[in-house]
Amino acid sequence: MPHDDPDHPHSLLPPEPALRVKALETILTAKGLIDPAALDGIIDTYENRIGPQNGAAVVAKAWTDPGFMALLLDDATAAVSSLGFYGRQGEHIVAVENTPQVHNMVVCTLCSCYPWPLLGIPPAWYKSDAYRARAVREPRKVLADFGVTLSEGTSVRVWDSTAEVRYLVIPMRPEGTDDLSEAELAALVSRDSMIGTALAEAPAR
Amino acid sequence: MTRVHDMGGRFGDGPVEPEADDAPVFEEDWHARALAVTLACGALGQWNLDTSRHARERLAPKDYARFSYYEKWISALADLLVEKGVLTREDLTGAAAEKTHALARRALKADAVAAALAKGGPADRPDGPEPLFSPGQAVRVRVPADSRHADGGHTRLPQYAAGARGYIERLHGNHVLPDSNAHGLGEAPEPLYAVRFHARMLWSHPEHPDDEVILDMWQSYLEPL
Repeated sequence: MPHDDPDHPHSLLPPEPALRVKALETILTAKGLIDPAALDGIIDTYENRIGPQNGAAVVAKAWTDPGFMALLLDDATAAVSSLGFYGRQGEHIVAVENTPQVHNMVVCTLCSCYPWPLLGIPPAWYKSDAYRARAVREPRKVLADFGVTLSEGTSVRVWDSTAEVRYLVIPMRPEGTDDLSEAELAALVSRDSMIGTALAEAPAR
Repeated sequence: MTRVHDMGGRFGDGPVEPEADDAPVFEEDWHARALAVTLACGALGQWNLDTSRHARERLAPKDYARFSYYEKWISALADLLVEKGVLTREDLTGAAAEKTHALARRALKADAVAAALAKGGPADRPDGPEPLFSPGQAVRVRVPADSRHADGGHTRLPQYAAGARGYIERLHGNHVLPDSNAHGLGEAPEPLYAVRFHARMLWSHPEHPDDEVILDMWQSYLEPL
């Protein structure tokens, strides 16, 4: 049962956050409860191995392979797993496709849920109070903060990730990209375009 | 009533500040350590993801507001370690003697990290009640929106959606109910739906008449219309 202890144990640790983390890590290591090498492995995974390049590969493949796009929209968890993208905070994936009529945007108002295997660790703005508070009420003003303006004919669908389902936005393929390879297309797909706060970039001419 | 984390729709937070795609994943080294320590402690198996979310939500409102993101994580982790009896208050002050812990055999080892992260923790379950609603059906979000399982307990029903009329967009299958699972009351899986709301049903001053907000909602959050 929840109980609101006014005397939270965390206040027994040093107040400065870097020292607070260090103190807890030291205590847990001394008791054999955590292995510093395992911590290094976790950090290496999310710093170097898993990131928005995964999601960009998914989007570029969907743009070039109609069969894959169909699978992605029908069962995204299976589709992205087939490319090797699965695991923690990506157990259940749903892909939502932007069109001229509908622009999709993802938020987690209650915490910071995010499709880790596809996009990595969320950026600070995604976890900020401002984004969490505003994205559901005034998505167009939030988009303006990112320099994005939608036409009056485009409606916005904001997906609030309240469960363990993680949403991936498939941005619209930019015009003038018919001749580009999958790898060249992936380079046009930014992290923010897969959250829905940016559009995929037009290729440099 | 709700808690401080339930901020969807709140006014007054100012602009969102975008970051470059190539900004560092972790702004500070201690951010990375906070994330890794938290994940490694989860592997000890003394709580579930819903319990750890609730620990962050139970930070005092003044702490929740002033703490940075990973400060919330590490502070809630310390609270949870003591609450679950893994550590004592004396351990945190350094007054307890250092010795190997009974749970040390469960510690996540470096060679098990990749498999643990790849495995994740699926929330779908084969059992649970049959779905009561089908795509396109109109529903209303129950009121009050707070936890029915525990006073001040965990729920994933945001206050801004309470009482609103929406439409079933899709059925995700049966998922673990956080309201129950966070408090050790069992997984209690039930149908989970994506529910679509017209922005004008949620806000008196929507930005655009056609805008919509979609939330994932468990069956017990919804009533037929």
